[in-house]
Amino acid sequence: MTMVYEKSKGLTDVPFHYCPGCTHGVIHKLVAETLVELGVLEDAIGVAPVGCSVLAYKYFNCDMQEAAHGRAPAVATGIKRVHPENVVFTYQGDGDLASIGTAEIVHAAHRGEKFTTIFVNNAIYGMTGGQMAPTTLIGQKTTTSPLGRTVEHSGMPIRMSEMLATIDGAKFVERVSVDTPANIRKAKKAIKRAFECQIQGKGFAIVEVLSTCPTNWGYTPVKALGWLQENMIPYYPLGNFRDFEEDK
Amino acid sequence: MSKVLMKGNEAVGAAAIKAGCRYFFGYPITPSSEIPEYMSKALPEVGGVFLQAESEVAAINMVYGAGGAGARVMTGSSSPGISLKQEGITYAAGAEIPCVIVNMMRGGPGLGSIQPGQADYYQSTRGGGNGDYRTLCYAPASIQETVDYVMLAFDKADEYRNPVLICADGMIGQMMEAVEFKENLNKNLPAKDWATTGTKGKREKNIVNSLFLEAELCEDHNIRLEKKYKLMEENEVLYEAFGLEDADVVCVAYGTTSRIVKTAIKLAAAKGIKVGIIRPITLWPYPYAIYKDINPNCKGILGVEMSQGQIMDDIKIGIEGRMPVYFHGRTGGMVPTPAGILAEIEKIAGGTK
Ligand SMILES: Cc1ncc(C[n+]2csc(CCOP(=O)(O)OP(=O)(O)O)c2C)c(N)n1
Ligand code: SF4
Repeated sequence: MTMVYEKSKGLTDVPFHYCPGCTHGVIHKLVAETLVELGVLEDAIGVAPVGCSVLAYKYFNCDMQEAAHGRAPAVATGIKRVHPENVVFTYQGDGDLASIGTAEIVHAAHRGEKFTTIFVNNAIYGMTGGQMAPTTLIGQKTTTSPLGRTVEHSGMPIRMSEMLATIDGAKFVERVSVDTPANIRKAKKAIKRAFECQIQGKGFAIVEVLSTCPTNWGYTPVKALGWLQENMIPYYPLGNFRDFEEDK
Repeated sequence: MSKVLMKGNEAVGAAAIKAGCRYFFGYPITPSSEIPEYMSKALPEVGGVFLQAESEVAAINMVYGAGGAGARVMTGSSSPGISLKQEGITYAAGAEIPCVIVNMMRGGPGLGSIQPGQADYYQSTRGGGNGDYRTLCYAPASIQETVDYVMLAFDKADEYRNPVLICADGMIGQMMEAVEFKENLNKNLPAKDWATTGTKGKREKNIVNSLFLEAELCEDHNIRLEKKYKLMEENEVLYEAFGLEDADVVCVAYGTTSRIVKTAIKLAAAKGIKVGIIRPITLWPYPYAIYKDINPNCKGILGVEMSQGQIMDDIKIGIEGRMPVYFHGRTGGMVPTPAGILAEIEKIAGGTK
């Protein structure tokens, strides 16, 4: 019998707790596969955020630290400065990275810290029950924007990739989505490149992944993918904002 | 080894490096800025890393990462900065990450003043951050003690897998004294086999974490931590005390204030008043037991601190209501004088208080 599909060795056997249709799981798989394919799983040290993916420290099959809300880039800085030869990554949601942890991510990028950040943007606070995030779209209803987000009250949704791409130390910045098989393949490629950026010692690398939260958006998994395509992608355009030169 | 003249803040850095600290993350603040300044020069010379963080919040979380990765690591700051570090300190306590945090206390609350203070006693000894946790807390009274206890702090942090605080006042940070660096590090500390270093394919993955989603497990974790804190209470109490058995008055003070109290004690002796002193060196765990040695006919206990009396709660716990307790202090960056303390001692001894 030939094996056609196998769970990545980069993931442990602990079952995911994510809601049905949540794309956090797909993103975990892509990160895990990348670590294995690059042969760095045994050198990897990951930092989990506070958010729905808080338990990522149980899922990734490598050494892990659990950070305070938003502080993963500072924790990763501490780890990478102690172990410059290891491959260090953070996995963070949009509340974690784009709200409470903006200072930490901006300055890690600014210093050109040589770690990789996987930034999961689902336009909402998943774990705490669907409150507004800085990434919540205009008109989007959440439990703390019950009539829909307005510009007057909360400003425009923050575009982290565009902002981080202006920073010199950020050597790889790309926004991807995991809504279709084709986009998942592109996401995997970007994640791989973001880790290569670190391995080659280029500087800070981040991949923003547009992700669904069927539970708090109040849609079925399929409808949630449609909502992401119709609403998130137009405001958060996919594509590369920064790439580094290959070492010849 | 011969003695060298050093400023307190620089001595903190030198002692840390001597103790094997190779990582420092900090943010400048008066009166502790010479710590990062010193480290920025000295750490690269020994192959270490100094990093000026974007904030104290970031600095302490870098300490969390580095400590969790197995390194000897320190941060230093002063009162408002230490407030910002409380998040990281409670996370480090929860995740059992060894690290050393130096507080050169200044006047408060809020931005307060840049002169010396001791009004972070509650914050240092009662938690500061959220949850049931404790941190060893050393209060040096000289630059020599600062050096000794900074070095000891690294050993104790590793021994207990816990953050350790150095609670000095701004005076200690700023003044200069001759110091000697002793080779007294503990060589029998447990290996850091829990740290995140990459599995190298040789062991199960390590997780550094303070989250327990199931309440029972979180309670178990707390009970285990409490056992560790009990051990610290049994084994780590440090203090200086003299003149308690026949004292008319006993003063309680730590840090710079204890030195001013000692001057006042001499002035009182010249007037025929016998004054003893209890000087806690560990603010936590606290030397409650020594209060049993106090002369039962002592007229009263005088707590002296650069605060509005935060030191008094522990004095009351120690003396268990056996005699009256009084407080004398200056605050907001003001320093008590021997004459001011002597006046209080005379009132207590003469029964006019
Ligand atoms: C200091 C602090 N503030 C608030 C919280 C509560 N909290 C937990 S997760 C979260 C938001 C997470 O949202 P996001 O980062 O978007 O991740 P998601 O759950 O959507 O994956 C908040 C506010 C916390 N744990 N710590
Ligand atoms: S709440 Fe949303 S983000 Fe969290 S696991 Fe469920 S679907 Fe995913």
